[in-house]
Amino acid sequence: MTVQQSDLKLDGNAIGGLLREIFTMEMTAAEGTCSSCGKVHAVGQVEVYMNAPGVVVRCPACGQVQMRIVKGGGRYWLDLSGIRCLEFSSE
Amino acid sequence: MSFISRGFRGKRRDTASSSRLPPGQYIVTDYPVLSAGPTPRIPLNEWTFVIEGEIDKPRSWNWEEFRKLPTEQVTKDIHCVTKWSKFDTGWTGVSMDKILEGVETAAEYTVQFSYGGYTTNLPLEDLTGGKAWVVYEFDGQPLHPEHGGPARMLVPHLYFWKSAKWIRGIRLVNEDEPGFWETNGYHNYGDPWREQRYWGD
Repeated sequence: MTVQQSDLKLDGNAIGGLLREIFTMEMTAAEGTCSSCGKVHAVGQVEVYMNAPGVVVRCPACGQVQMRIVKGGGRYWLDLSGIRCLEFSSE
Repeated sequence: MSFISRGFRGKRRDTASSSRLPPGQYIVTDYPVLSAGPTPRIPLNEWTFVIEGEIDKPRSWNWEEFRKLPTEQVTKDIHCVTKWSKFDTGWTGVSMDKILEGVETAAEYTVQFSYGGYTTNLPLEDLTGGKAWVVYEFDGQPLHPEHGGPARMLVPHLYFWKSAKWIRGIRLVNEDEPGFWETNGYHNYGDPWREQRYWGD
């Protein structure tokens, strides 16, 4: 099986606004450690798929799903299990 | 005069379609592409489809074997949880009744799993009784990879996230196992007529 990069792929800046809603601070410079391959990427560098029932964030190195964000019916559902650690400034 | 005629035709169409349109949905005439990841390209000579899990011996088909199964052409309305509905979509494929013919299982649940890692769960009874197909043609043409080709599931009585693209197999399970979206906010069953979009709907 080969995988062709889809036109639907965006980078992490596409979810800057959504993450600001959730974390109430700028998150695109935050750095996440992939729980699958261990590589560290800034949120702005991750792969984002938004043409879906929710937002799917994938590791740019290994393709593993890092975050799933669903917003609907007045609620958010946030799965960060694909990120082992998320580091961001408290300032 | 022509303006009035057009208006009347439009109104009749709306009235006729409203009974086919689940609550909260709107009609599209194009075919939006939704994807949670890169589009897998599966060469037909590497493609397989399997029924596994609570079954004495897994059943699997390669592409050549699968295409020898009896096919059906069906025309269905499809409803995406992102609120678009598309009427009269034409598909060619193999019914799940045919695929599961003669299978004896105590399982009451199923998990569809796909090339690329997607999963979605359903009660077994939602895949049988003329309700579900593995389809490989859309409008008479081979299913494009963006829409789930070589083959995808078609379970049109539920929201379309319950119809996995790039289907690789179905696991028969005794305990319900919520899938990719069902574990993160989306409804476990997904009936568009009851507007079961999210947890708690």
